[in-house]
Amino acid sequence: MGGSILGERVLRKEDPKFLTSGGKYVDDLLDEPLLQGALHVTYARSTVAHGRINSIDTSEAAGMPGVVAIFTAADLGLQPVPSSFNPAAARTLLASDKVRYVGEPIAAIISETREQGEDAAEMVFADYDVLPAYTDMMAAMAPDATLIYEACGSNIVFDTTALGIPANTGDDFFKDCEVVVRGEFMNQRVAPCPLEVRGSAVAWADGRLHQWISTQHAQGAHAPVAATNGVDPSQVRILTPDVGGGFGAKIGAYPEELLLGVLSKRVGKPLRWRESRSESMVALGHGRAQFQRVVIGGSRDGKVTHYQLHAFQDSGAFVDMGTILAPFMTRPMSSGVYAIPNIECHTTSVVTNTTPTVAYRGAGRPEATAAIERAMDLFAYEIGKDAAEVRRMNLIPKFMEPHTTVVGQTYDVGDYEESLNRALAAADYAGWRRKQAERRASGNVKQIGIGVSVYVEITGGVGNGEQAKIEILDDGSALVYTGTSPHGQGHATSWAMLASEKTGIPIDRIDLVWGDTDLTPVGSGTMGSRSLQQGGNAVYSVAGTLVEKAKAVAARLLEANEADIVLDTDRAVFHVAGTPAVTKTWADLAVAEKANGGLSHDEYIGVPGATFPFGSHVAVVEVDTETGKVTHIAHTACDDAGRVLNPMLLEGQIHGGVAQGAAQALLEEVAYDGDGNPITSNLADYAFISAAELPSVTVVHMETPTPVNLIGAKGIGESGTIGSTPALQSAVVDAVSHLGVRNIEMPCTPQRVWAAIAAAKK
Amino acid sequence: MIPAPFDYKRAGSAAEAISLIGQYGDEAKFLAGGHSLLPMMKLRLAQPAVLIDIARITDLSYIRESGDHIAIGALTRHHDVENSPVLKQHVPLLAHAASHVGDPQVRHRGTIGGSIAHADTASDLPATTLALGATYVVQGPNGTREIAAKDFYKSYFESDLAPDEMLTEIRVPKMNGAGWSFQKFNRRAQDWAIVGVAAWRRGNESGVGLVNMGPTPILASAVSSAIAGGASVADAAALATAESSPSSDLNASAEYREHLAKVLVRRALEQSSN
Repeated sequence: MGGSILGERVLRKEDPKFLTSGGKYVDDLLDEPLLQGALHVTYARSTVAHGRINSIDTSEAAGMPGVVAIFTAADLGLQPVPSSFNPAAARTLLASDKVRYVGEPIAAIISETREQGEDAAEMVFADYDVLPAYTDMMAAMAPDATLIYEACGSNIVFDTTALGIPANTGDDFFKDCEVVVRGEFMNQRVAPCPLEVRGSAVAWADGRLHQWISTQHAQGAHAPVAATNGVDPSQVRILTPDVGGGFGAKIGAYPEELLLGVLSKRVGKPLRWRESRSESMVALGHGRAQFQRVVIGGSRDGKVTHYQLHAFQDSGAFVDMGTILAPFMTRPMSSGVYAIPNIECHTTSVVTNTTPTVAYRGAGRPEATAAIERAMDLFAYEIGKDAAEVRRMNLIPKFMEPHTTVVGQTYDVGDYEESLNRALAAADYAGWRRKQAERRASGNVKQIGIGVSVYVEITGGVGNGEQAKIEILDDGSALVYTGTSPHGQGHATSWAMLASEKTGIPIDRIDLVWGDTDLTPVGSGTMGSRSLQQGGNAVYSVAGTLVEKAKAVAARLLEANEADIVLDTDRAVFHVAGTPAVTKTWADLAVAEKANGGLSHDEYIGVPGATFPFGSHVAVVEVDTETGKVTHIAHTACDDAGRVLNPMLLEGQIHGGVAQGAAQALLEEVAYDGDGNPITSNLADYAFISAAELPSVTVVHMETPTPVNLIGAKGIGESGTIGSTPALQSAVVDAVSHLGVRNIEMPCTPQRVWAAIAAAKK
Repeated sequence: MIPAPFDYKRAGSAAEAISLIGQYGDEAKFLAGGHSLLPMMKLRLAQPAVLIDIARITDLSYIRESGDHIAIGALTRHHDVENSPVLKQHVPLLAHAASHVGDPQVRHRGTIGGSIAHADTASDLPATTLALGATYVVQGPNGTREIAAKDFYKSYFESDLAPDEMLTEIRVPKMNGAGWSFQKFNRRAQDWAIVGVAAWRRGNESGVGLVNMGPTPILASAVSSAIAGGASVADAAALATAESSPSSDLNASAEYREHLAKVLVRRALEQSSN
């Protein structure tokens, strides 16, 4: 028997396509028969952040060259759709009574070409009574603030007190603490910036709606698309072509996508829609946007005993996914990796006149980690102890049985101290501290900063399992059907490895089917780092069951007892034990089973719960103390994602995650002017990170398998971002902490660093 | 992200380009490398009715030695300026500054003449040629004229170029062994400078150009006067903002820009003095 393919550095099967001819994205569906003669949709968007709509004049635009039709909410008879998270917050898919952020769609233009649509959109004139615009949560919460949704009675749209969780108590909570430190941190708003912006295409054929969407979750779009079109879900087919990134922002279906079927029916033609980058920067959901008040208390010798977090989550203008990240993702993870006996966590979600917030790589957990890690740093400074040492003193000890924190969250397995030890050793933490001391002693203009973060996160929190089907074709190759949805992760490779491990069929003879609701009707998509532990687990399990089914067929063909049949995975053939020369191939079995409906297995494989990957990051920066410029010079990541299926894919996720975390810590921030106009709506103004700003990342191996699934795998898609962001921010502060600096808000721009140094000198 | 409709004309020679611009006047824009103009058109910040494509006038792409200066054709790409042996020998500051423009794709398309004619205070080459005491040659319906770089820049994206004129050549004095430095301060490698400094020094002679420190690129004459008068580098650098009037934006307040200019000028002079 050959060795297992699991754990090998298998090259990505999908890369030759992506690196040569390119993927086939929504915009590339030029040969699709159903889309021949398609017209183009362009959405005219609100130019004010908050206003009552008096009228929308489309007459001039309607006369523009190539314009076929224009529709407003009134033209389409759109009715308000209540938010799932607060039904009083209801809105129409095109703005009708009010606009609530710059970029909100107000009219749909159908034109012969995209270019004509963009010209016509400039000629749609809306008349508004402009209302006060809130880009800041505190202003939106003021008692006299104008309500963004009158029916909500408040701009606070979700609060943990409404769930029966008491509000945080006062200073009495900390009365037994020798040391109490307070901090306020803005986990700033960022833009997901997938390389492929949103796009969709629709066609009605034989009474059914066929809709292609660049999405992370076709099955999730299915019901809302059917509802918007007023048809039975069986009359809707969602298809997912290649998707060029999502980062969480392409989980839910957006108004621009939901309306396409309705518009197509009106004009009797198939339609294509593709947003521009400028549109994407304001109308694709944003991430983070959480303001945090923390108080941390403990003993002078370094034991943290009390921690209070009040997280204010900016929902943006809609009550969308972003609203619930603070209560349901940040709050459960507020204890982090630490054994803190007393924790209070209150979350308050607030609507503002900004782009709605959604899930974004980490989605609530990076915010939880950032809050406790910043607090740990402040505590360490206050008692004059090394930041890594204070963390070590407070870690939850190694546990191989479930552990429940004081906020009620149960973690599967964990060995946080080991990850910290490995990261510190690989990073040469002691060596960097020596270099730092030398630079400080010599008064060098360029100072060294070292930041450490230790985190635990929750993955596979979405979905209770996943559907998988494996079908053997007549030539002995296999099709794997999955309810997960690749958009950069490498599912085609990973799922083929898992199926190959059990069946022996080589991975280049295993193809993947996903994101088509006719072929894969059941699925929870790819989000929350769930794919491998649920979708991969299902493929692995189904492959095993399929082998057992195949053995029964082989027994029949070989006229032997089923119990005597063995599968030789090296050759991918079945034979009777002891007579390896007489074999049946997968192709033989598939052909033999044709009359019985073919050789396949299709099953939903449940999992008992989420998993909790953990790790430690060490970031090193050099800070020019005259200019404030930060250079990220070294980064070490020890991320424990349980059993590793393909180390190369794991490293890719960590590299990308670190880049995204470094981007938030040092560069990226969505900004608005005082009237709510976005001022970072292109990639020149929005400081999207590039390779030139990043060091090479040292990835340290550690595997603590989870008992939660057959593979032992936890999620890795978001860990790199969660661990790196606070480590980077901490490193910047550390570089100038000897000057008296205790905090620098993210992104740690040169001006902010310079200002912090100047303020500390005063 | 799609430009407003426009007409497209292609000029085969400088004379044809000037004839076309005479025909369309203010309605028209020259298109060279397009790396400043096209993004502005895509964002609909610029909506010229006519684009006159001059990028194929190959006889305006050259770098040649000409007595005490180097003559550079306006349509010479940044990449060619960056890698020119002639410039590396005689005007290394300019070759080096060109290597900091945008990213490799921009440098293979963008031209030195386009950058200067665009007159963006945040661009690297206007301030660099200003510091070097360059002369710009422009051609119009009535022939050619020369404009000193210090007289060329008028305001944000405004220069002494008349609507019917085209920049054809940049003449840069040889540096004759002067020390030099180019300090570009930005957040990401491919960004425009938040503040930039191009400086050279030969004994008590010097030239200091400032990027993004006012509506136009700035010649920091007070600094050079101080150096000529024997001031220390630190004392001279303290005068870096004497002529500047920076604005505040997303990346930097005016106050921070002034601080940066002083630090960067000091560093540039230290490097130039070695």
